[in-house]
Amino acid sequence: VSDVIEVVVRTGAVLVAFLVLPLLIGQTEHKVMAHMQGRLGPMYAGGYHGWAQLVADGVKFVQKEEVVPAGADRTVFRLAPGVAVVPYLVALAAVPLAPGWVALDVSVGIFFVIAVMGVGVLGSLMGGWASANKYSLLGGLRTAAQLLAYELPFVLTAASVAMAAGTLSLPGIVEAWEPWWLLWQLPGALVFFAAGLAELQRPPFDMPVADSEIIFGAYTEYTGLRFALFLLAEYAGILLLCALTAVLFLGGWHGPAPETFGWLWTLLKAALVAIVVIWLRVANPRLREDQLQRFAWTFLVPVALLQLAITGVVRIAL
Amino acid sequence: MGEVPGRGLTKALAQTFRRMTKPAVTTQYPDVQPDLPPRSRGVIALIEENCTVCMLCARECPDWCIYIDSHKEEQPPTTPGGRPRQRNVLDRFAIDFSLCMYCGICVEVCPFDALFWSPEFEYSEFDIRDLTHEKDRLREWMWTVPPPPAHDEHAADPKEIEAASKPAPRKGAEAGKPETGTKPVPRQAAEAGKQAGTEPVARKAAASKPDAATKAAPREAAKKATQPPKPAGEDPKPPGAAG
Repeated sequence: VSDVIEVVVRTGAVLVAFLVLPLLIGQTEHKVMAHMQGRLGPMYAGGYHGWAQLVADGVKFVQKEEVVPAGADRTVFRLAPGVAVVPYLVALAAVPLAPGWVALDVSVGIFFVIAVMGVGVLGSLMGGWASANKYSLLGGLRTAAQLLAYELPFVLTAASVAMAAGTLSLPGIVEAWEPWWLLWQLPGALVFFAAGLAELQRPPFDMPVADSEIIFGAYTEYTGLRFALFLLAEYAGILLLCALTAVLFLGGWHGPAPETFGWLWTLLKAALVAIVVIWLRVANPRLREDQLQRFAWTFLVPVALLQLAITGVVRIAL
Repeated sequence: MGEVPGRGLTKALAQTFRRMTKPAVTTQYPDVQPDLPPRSRGVIALIEENCTVCMLCARECPDWCIYIDSHKEEQPPTTPGGRPRQRNVLDRFAIDFSLCMYCGICVEVCPFDALFWSPEFEYSEFDIRDLTHEKDRLREWMWTVPPPPAHDEHAADPKEIEAASKPAPRKGAEAGKPETGTKPVPRQAAEAGKQAGTEPVARKAAASKPDAATKAAPREAAKKATQPPKPAGEDPKPPGAAG
């Protein structure tokens, strides 16, 4: 019985984190972006500095009519948002917060997380294909091209960390982490972060949803709750990417404080990375589709391979 | 991007970060009232006691948005056997703010200080006809007219004070002389101020310009008959200052 309770508690905690933290990131984005542009951002919803803006947005999305285009493939169209969101939820369960604080301790954690994250992109692909809209299709295909290009450096750099730690388990990697890895794995960390951003289609890699040319890419035809689910998937993806960067490259719960505050360190590092994600969005224009591909194949992949070589050499030398 | 790859990227990051550390420029208007500069043009207020129904404002108004109705009243002579006088009584004074373009000519032109600018600007209406403010409403705006801002510390004296402190005109020079004597002073001060880059002086001179121009007009016409023709658009002042 206690096993059942434990499973329920762990799953519940992940679900709560999955529903709350993306909203927190979204609100931070509203505020940080506004102040970086000399604005105030939301100020009304909820009373104090518009803290409830995203809750209000959610209520608005729920009230909206659900529209499925006449020519759309109904089943696939309606399934797509779920396919986009659920993988991030599953992947989040495998991310350790502190020693022993992980909902789903998989021995091949890093492999599991990356595999599941890749499924999330299928959601946009399905949405783009099923919408019966040329802009959606273009967006979906760009998503696919981007996934193909950036999954490689993403996986290569993750493999580099796994090689350095000698394990595929996420808690194991954090356990093995030492501060000098920051320098050793620096190129890998940057490539991992950039490739992750591209996979989430976040600016400056947001060509698949470039609103000035293809409206909103694969999400053009979506309304109401399903559209909100896609947005949630984007922010949940940011959460996952930030948590993964913190765990793999920034040492997770390691920090100058007692072990009991380990979870705080993980969250703090993830939050810091999330702010960088927002910052990059504010500061940079969108990369063109060809620049995007060139950046992946001629820069990120070589750097990732180089990192892999460095990791191997250092590993053997030690 | 410059020669170093990624330089533009870091520049953009630095720029946005610096912007974030400064306060936002957004003003939260309905919650926080704006901090308006002095002499803000919000609405025109009227002291109807000062109005003599001279109609200057209504005639000068480019939009014809001032409506004035009046009648004459006969007043009994003040001394026995004297002649009864006539006096204009204001019946209606209305400004249609749906037509008004806030040029302020009426305020400038009023010789009896009956019209004033008030900084109040929140008087929008659902019905355009309600934007015509009748004289009682225009009188109410008078309570919102702020006292005029103090003069700048080293600015030239207002022209009234300057005129009063001048020595009395000599016998020979009549009529227009005292006025022409006072006029050029603020203008010269304004030009000096403009060169020195002190804005307030220049602004004050600009504010006193329209009535100077209107008052000088007939005199200028008279002068044109005697003096050689000058290029059009030239300021009529220098010869007046010299003479």
